[in-house]
Amino acid sequence: MKILTGNDLRSGAVTWWNGTGWSLFVDDAVDVGEDAEEILAREEAARRVNVPYAIEATIDAAGHVRPAHIKDRVRALGPTVRRDLAVPTANKTGWDWVI
Amino acid sequence: MYRYDQYDQAMVDARVEEFRDQARRRLEGKLTEDQFKPLRLMNGLYLQLHAYMLRVAIPYGTLDARQMEMLADIADKYDRGYGHFTTRQNIQYNWIKLEDCADALADLATVEMHAIQTSGNCIRNISADHFAGAAADEVVDPRPYAELMRQWSSFHPEFTYLPRKFKIAVIASEKDRAAMRLHDIGVRIVKRDGEVGAEFYAGGGMGRTPMIAPLIREFVPIDQMITYAEACLRVYNRYGRRDNKYKARIKILVHELGAAEYIRQVEEEFAHMLTVGVEPPREELARIAEYFAPPAFVDGPKTVDRSDPDFALWVDRNTHRHKHDAYVSAVISLKPAGGIPGDATSEQMRLVAKLAREYSFDELRVMHTQNLLLPHVRIADLHALWTALDEAGLGSPNMDTIEDIIACPGLDYCSLANARSIPLAQRISERFAATGRTAVVGDLKLKISGCINACGHHHAGHIGILGVDKKGKENFQLSLGGSEAEDVSLAKITGPGFDEDGVIAAVEKVTDVYLEARTEGERFLDTYRRIGMDPFKEALYG
Repeated sequence: MKILTGNDLRSGAVTWWNGTGWSLFVDDAVDVGEDAEEILAREEAARRVNVPYAIEATIDAAGHVRPAHIKDRVRALGPTVRRDLAVPTANKTGWDWVI
Repeated sequence: MYRYDQYDQAMVDARVEEFRDQARRRLEGKLTEDQFKPLRLMNGLYLQLHAYMLRVAIPYGTLDARQMEMLADIADKYDRGYGHFTTRQNIQYNWIKLEDCADALADLATVEMHAIQTSGNCIRNISADHFAGAAADEVVDPRPYAELMRQWSSFHPEFTYLPRKFKIAVIASEKDRAAMRLHDIGVRIVKRDGEVGAEFYAGGGMGRTPMIAPLIREFVPIDQMITYAEACLRVYNRYGRRDNKYKARIKILVHELGAAEYIRQVEEEFAHMLTVGVEPPREELARIAEYFAPPAFVDGPKTVDRSDPDFALWVDRNTHRHKHDAYVSAVISLKPAGGIPGDATSEQMRLVAKLAREYSFDELRVMHTQNLLLPHVRIADLHALWTALDEAGLGSPNMDTIEDIIACPGLDYCSLANARSIPLAQRISERFAATGRTAVVGDLKLKISGCINACGHHHAGHIGILGVDKKGKENFQLSLGGSEAEDVSLAKITGPGFDEDGVIAAVEKVTDVYLEARTEGERFLDTYRRIGMDPFKEALYG
């Protein structure tokens, strides 16, 4: 699947396109398929999110979204060395696949 | 230490308000990210993996207790209760919000601090020997000269858009404790026939193309130092490449021209600049130097009671000889076994500030090794200081050991990184501490970078580790034989890389080879230089 991500303009927090807006939780990310370019152009113009971009991801049977690249997996969860600062997420098994 | 005059303060205050307006326009959507990015970078505000990151300048690593307390307050008020001390003697906050940033900068300005020129293609924070003003072996205190360079390079209109970033280090002893020759310009303050002058090196650096700066002038009279630096920068600014950012640092220019031709051009420019009269008046240097007058040292005991072995070990490892024999400089390790190198909580910062007031004439230093330092501690006060540090988890006796690892933020924080650095540092320090091998191995500098930009100084590690991306997986290249000190050298790669477990095992193997082969008094680096790479490769790859 293809999903969209960026950093929130005000806070810098990692955000994921959920179909209608931007969510802090990677599991909310939706497959944008062929619409990526159109949504990115629209969101760039809206200036709510810094440099949004499209990435590849997979989704498991439990509905957990896993970005394909390690960098985006770290972005999805937070610093692996400070799990106390991690993004609160429904996916408690995320740390198993981040690296 | 230096205190702002009305001009310094007015410039910093004005910059805060300018940035406040720029941030407001960005938040209101009136500026695009492309328009805003160079503006925020000029004020030390990056966008990293998880959030904005603010890098605050600590000129030549010197600060006082009230400034350290403000750094703690910033951590609590605008960030998440901690900060990360860096290899440029700065501090970084990893969770700053854009909407808060101008307020944070305004708070910093109240204690004469800022984030200006901590990013961008300009002259960055001037770094210096962290023992400056205290070291027994220095010719003079290098900080007045570093401060003069700070003032010259701040907002210098000609050097705001250099081909690439530009880093300067200033030392004043034979010992190099600032990686001076791995800087764009390295300056060693020297004395010749009683006259103070500056020895200049140019074209060093780490990054993807590491180079050791060649000597370009043995002696510049001190009242021409700024003029000579200006000439070095002018030649670079004129001829440094702007078409390829990977070839834009001065080291590439000096290398491609050849040192002799670069020197010729600098000398020509220098002769011209001497006629222009850009040098600050000697009175200005004298005015600055007054701020760095030594504190009122008093005589006292010159030895400690060594009956507590833990204390004795800390004294042996973490104190440094002072120019006054009743004092030492005391290193506060930010490298607890298993900890994150360079991180300090706001509580720890406040404690260190308190201890600086009590024991070190209200003076603190940030070391490029990502530790803190109290420069002037009475030997008589050492046990009380150590007790307070140890209770706060700041008493690790590991300066210059394999636990004293320099590590960049790596893929845990940095948007440029390909691999994580911090977990390696944690696991290696934990393993060596647990097995007691740290003391057995002795002096060994291990440095870890999470990408080729080498913020973790891996090229200069006795053991260096570089994290790379190998088909989407973290992979780590091991290198041996680097040094950032006066015996400067660049580390060489051992061979194929390793995964995380593999590189930790590899570090143990190369220390095994060292322990087997070393002769009396040899450090790891000495043994490596004597026996060469082959025995290490044999142990690693069979």
